[in-house]
Amino acid sequence: MRAATPWSEVFELLSVGTGETLYMVGVSTLIATLLGIPLGVLLHLSAPSGLRPNVVLHKILGTVVDLGRAMPFLVLLVALTSVTRLLVRTSIGPTAAIVPLAVGAVPFVGRLVQNVLREVHVSVVEAAVTTGASTLRIVRSVLLRESAPALINAIGVTTIALLGYSAMAGVIGGGGLGDVAVRIGYQRFDDRVLWSTVVLLAVLTTVIQLLFDLAARLVDRRRHAST
Amino acid sequence: MITVENLTKTFPSQGGPVTALAGVTLDVRAGTVCGVVGPSGAGKSTLARCVALLERPDSGSIRVDGTDLVGLDGSRLRAARRQIGVVPQGDSLLRQRTAAGNVALPLESAGMPAPQRRSRVAELLDLVGLTDKAGNYPDQLSGGQRQRVAVARALAANPSVLLADEPTSALDPETTGSVLTVLDRARAELGVTVLVVTHDMAVVRRICDDVAVLEHGRVVEHGRVLDLVSDANSRTAATLLPEVDQSAGVAGNHDRVADVVLVGFAAVGALLPEAASRFDVQLALLGGGLTRLGETPVARFRVGLTGERADSALEWISDTGAVVVRTPKGPQGVAA
Ligand SMILES: Nc1ncnc2c1ncn2[C@@H]1O[C@H](COP(=O)(O)OP(=O)(O)OP(=O)(O)O)[C@@H](O)[C@H]1O
Ligand SMILES: [Mg+2]
Repeated sequence: MRAATPWSEVFELLSVGTGETLYMVGVSTLIATLLGIPLGVLLHLSAPSGLRPNVVLHKILGTVVDLGRAMPFLVLLVALTSVTRLLVRTSIGPTAAIVPLAVGAVPFVGRLVQNVLREVHVSVVEAAVTTGASTLRIVRSVLLRESAPALINAIGVTTIALLGYSAMAGVIGGGGLGDVAVRIGYQRFDDRVLWSTVVLLAVLTTVIQLLFDLAARLVDRRRHAST
Repeated sequence: MITVENLTKTFPSQGGPVTALAGVTLDVRAGTVCGVVGPSGAGKSTLARCVALLERPDSGSIRVDGTDLVGLDGSRLRAARRQIGVVPQGDSLLRQRTAAGNVALPLESAGMPAPQRRSRVAELLDLVGLTDKAGNYPDQLSGGQRQRVAVARALAANPSVLLADEPTSALDPETTGSVLTVLDRARAELGVTVLVVTHDMAVVRRICDDVAVLEHGRVVEHGRVLDLVSDANSRTAATLLPEVDQSAGVAGNHDRVADVVLVGFAAVGALLPEAASRFDVQLALLGGGLTRLGETPVARFRVGLTGERADSALEWISDTGAVVVRTPKGPQGVAA
């Protein structure tokens, strides 16, 4: 067994790794949110009980989402290599990892959003319908606004899931903390590096959760909610 | 004015199609409050939802101020919806908006600019007596206050028609009063035609000019409340008037037993003693009491008469305009 990496180097490794991880997770969360929310809205609206029922669209979207979610992330990572190369002109590194991370997360966010929107009470939506509001206005002013706190929580869940997956992306040269943990901590039997990344990932997870909880509370107007 | 003609609506379900409306025809006079009552599953909500343009009837027509609203689509449907204020069943306020924000929603839909919107919202909150709660969120309001906000919202875009489905079902009798007062003001001050679905006869008693009884998707009784209570065969009358124990006096030794219904008499108490002294009969009050239908005092008493001229006394009471239903024998007592 070789000597443990000196702390100064561990520090260097971890700060670079953290930067890469936050970059991968941040960008892929952003993309997944921007695509996942419209997807969830469409799933919700096209449902048989939705504002714009459309059996065909609903079935197609539902199937795509289910397939996307059933796909193991590692398979997606490998399967998307050529797409990734096409989009970002490289298939390794943090930027390359963003593509499979985002693609994997879009259906996940779509389903979460659909479930969140379902919680908006029917009579609240119908009240808006009877005011003569357009579907677009109802989506914006009622569905999304009423479920904003829950939507933020859902994005938080997604971010933390992506944090986990980004570590996996490291395995195939994605970089980030997962890469540090596996390549140096695990393969070189360096417990100091391994456990430092574990602690750091735990801290990151906690901080992210706290930030999203705070954001959800800030947009929630029901300060004195009885339920 | 709302005119519903031959409205039918059938829902598919596992146990075969369910007919919710089997040809409903209903006329709500402009500027009146019409109550829709009936047993659970009679089709009341379905009727209200059709008129609210939330449900498409299978056939029939719904006219508001003469325009047929069935079968409209797109922007014309949305425009028609703006003409009809709706207080949906249950909690329908946006929980992320204040009372004022909720009332503003229809105005936003109609594209009213913000400054005008603010003054209109203030007017409406004043109408429902919640000016001081403008900044409260629904979770900071009582059930009755929430319903009043819902009424204010329904009235925001100046509709000619107001629909409310069970607006008081979740409220205690006291709070019910505050919501009914607001509905009554809408009619009186804004001239809105109101259709209110309810299972609470107190609602009919307090604010309805007309009532329609729905059963199995059909209107089985429809008319002015004050006319119906004078109709011995009306089932609305039976539920609106003060209760009379159907067996009261039947076994007694009165010569005649009768139910007397008095509508709008200033001195209902004076009529019966006068009949007793005029015809020299003994008149015993066996049950019943006084109530109010809107502003009108209405009484139903069961009386037992003893004396030779008992029949003449009853006839005289009847001639003064009261409705007299004799109860010769048995607890049914509808025979004249
Ligand atoms: N969306 C629907 N799908 C299937 N059946 C329905 C639907 N809406 C109503 N029905 C059926 O239509 C009938 C009338 O229902 P409706 O809700 O109009 O009754 P209601 O008079 O309002 O009853 P309640 O007093 O219980 O509210 C019922 O048999 C009900 O089961
Ligand atoms: Mg109902």
